[in-house]
Amino acid sequence: MTNLGSPLAAYLLVAALLFAIGLAGALTRRNAILVLIGIELMLNAANLNFIAFWRYGPRPEALTGMMFAIFSIAVAAAEAAVGLGLVISIHRHTQTTDLDQINRMKG
Amino acid sequence: MAATLDQIFILLRNWLTGFLPGALRPVANVLLSVVAIVCVFPGLFALTTVFERKGLARIQNRLGPNRVGPFGFFQPIADGIKSLTKEDIVPSSANAAVHFLAPLVLVVTVFMGFAVLPMGRNMALVDMDAGLLFFFAMGASTELSVFMAGWSSRNKYSLMGAMRAVAQMISYEVVLLLSSVAVVMISGSLSLEKIVDAQSHFSGIFPNWYIFTPWGFAGFVMFAIAATAETNRSPFDLPEGESELVAGYHTEYSGFKFALFFLGEYLAMFSISGLGTTLFLGGWSAPFSFLTWVPSWIWFFGKVMTSIFVFIWMRGTLPRLRQDQLMNFAWKFVLPFTLLDLMDTALWRFMGEGWQRWVLCSAILAGAFAMMGRLGMRKKHFGPRSYRYAE
Amino acid sequence: MSVAFYLIAALTLAGGLAAVLLKNTVHCALALTVAFAGLALLFLQLDAQFAGFAQILVYIGAVAILVVFAILLTRGSDTPKDGVFSQSWLVGLVIAAGVFAVLGWAVIESVRVLPQETATPAVTVHDIGNALVGRYVLPLEIVALLLTAATIGAVIVAMHEKERSR
Repeated sequence: MTNLGSPLAAYLLVAALLFAIGLAGALTRRNAILVLIGIELMLNAANLNFIAFWRYGPRPEALTGMMFAIFSIAVAAAEAAVGLGLVISIHRHTQTTDLDQINRMKG
Repeated sequence: MAATLDQIFILLRNWLTGFLPGALRPVANVLLSVVAIVCVFPGLFALTTVFERKGLARIQNRLGPNRVGPFGFFQPIADGIKSLTKEDIVPSSANAAVHFLAPLVLVVTVFMGFAVLPMGRNMALVDMDAGLLFFFAMGASTELSVFMAGWSSRNKYSLMGAMRAVAQMISYEVVLLLSSVAVVMISGSLSLEKIVDAQSHFSGIFPNWYIFTPWGFAGFVMFAIAATAETNRSPFDLPEGESELVAGYHTEYSGFKFALFFLGEYLAMFSISGLGTTLFLGGWSAPFSFLTWVPSWIWFFGKVMTSIFVFIWMRGTLPRLRQDQLMNFAWKFVLPFTLLDLMDTALWRFMGEGWQRWVLCSAILAGAFAMMGRLGMRKKHFGPRSYRYAE
Repeated sequence: MSVAFYLIAALTLAGGLAAVLLKNTVHCALALTVAFAGLALLFLQLDAQFAGFAQILVYIGAVAILVVFAILLTRGSDTPKDGVFSQSWLVGLVIAAGVFAVLGWAVIESVRVLPQETATPAVTVHDIGNALVGRYVLPLEIVALLLTAATIGAVIVAMHEKERSR
């Protein structure tokens, strides 16, 4: 890989690629849990972006990027818990986690 | 003389790497320290297996292994030869890759935890600013290997054992973390070296260890309970209880992989005893001010081996807890008590020196303990013992 | 860029790809764990030790195990009869490729204004602690409230409903 001219660009490209992979996973898989896995990958890619900009940014001692990433980790954990609880509840109701079959609002 | 003996391993290492050119010295330093850790702790593991079998045997009024070597102390050699030469059986429907990786992940993450323990003065492998957080991160990763082992074996009992073990480890992880936060609050740093430094002074002839304070004593008891549960030791060993689940999540492992699981479990015991020693028992500092001439690493390993002895003692004495009993215990008793301990620590810190803070902090903790015990037993009615026979 | 960065980035991307492409759901969850570990190593390369260790502790130690438990509780190990990709998979792939094209173009075009190598920031855990209870105390309290609400919510959502007729 040729030198991109800035180390920050390499990290941003990795984060963009990971985000796209997560998005593809969330949009193409049938199983509801794999959609959540895709969402977690997207959140992690955004965290990588934040930390990369914090490290190569103008004022790293202000800690803004790292604080954002830490709070994002905490909120993502909470969201995963609630999301997976919902998936388990839906499975108990409809006996399936296939998103192509859970396409009706009628219970 | 005492100072040389104290630093003898550091001096030995520096002498050995002094033969190398200057650029290679840091790498060689780290490599030598890693080799030392990888040799010493499995050696201690071998010694502990024979201590455990003989200790348990004596508690249960029998002799234990006494044929191989003097008083049976060469038993680990026989065990090692056996597990290395046993056939490695993998179930045909098992997931081969995950089945192979599970013991590796366990041993790797447990060995990483040893990197931050200060085993003597200047003897921590890496002095990280967030050392305690690194240790807990490695401890959290061991849960994943337990699940991998249980799931990949395609065995109902393994899977049940693995799920029970993971649920138990997650519950007690919270207790472990919160009881360590009290120590971090008082010593003001997450670095284990600084925590030991804060405890290495003496007031009179008595040491400043955190276990000799009310909040430290309560914290140490809760840390010990959580450590026993984290390493799946009795009385929390339902996931691997022989009478319940064959061997739990390592049922389908034989030969060297089983030996790796065994090694991983005992190393986890050593590592968490090392952490408990560092946080509450003063790490490598001496118990009395007139004993500081004894080398610091002797104190550290002595305290760790005493903790291991207490683990063996608990295994031989206490009956096993049922899964719902131990989860109830964690979430409904120990966790609220940990939060109370945190507030107690804060009170201790801000009250200033004097006898008042001793009385107040001890009273709060003792009163809460007695009250919570009474509250928990309200619904339990113990009548005379009754028997029901099958019809 | 050092060899270590390329290796860790390759590991992370391989883990991410495996997490969305594999058939067996538990394999996907384990590949996700590898991706998390790779990201933690990238954080450590960027001198963010606290974020890296928090990533290992929270994501690998809790979120990955949560995902695996959910897979086990919903019988996700059985492969569905119609395959693992949904009927509209091409649309999803095109959208993801489009997003990556836009982001990648933005990064490459702006290379000349991005900063070069800067000095390692000297950030200690003390500074993070001070920031958390100083400047960021409001987000800290709100996150605490959010986590409490999420815990209670998850328990209520996943609880067995009490039978009405007894």
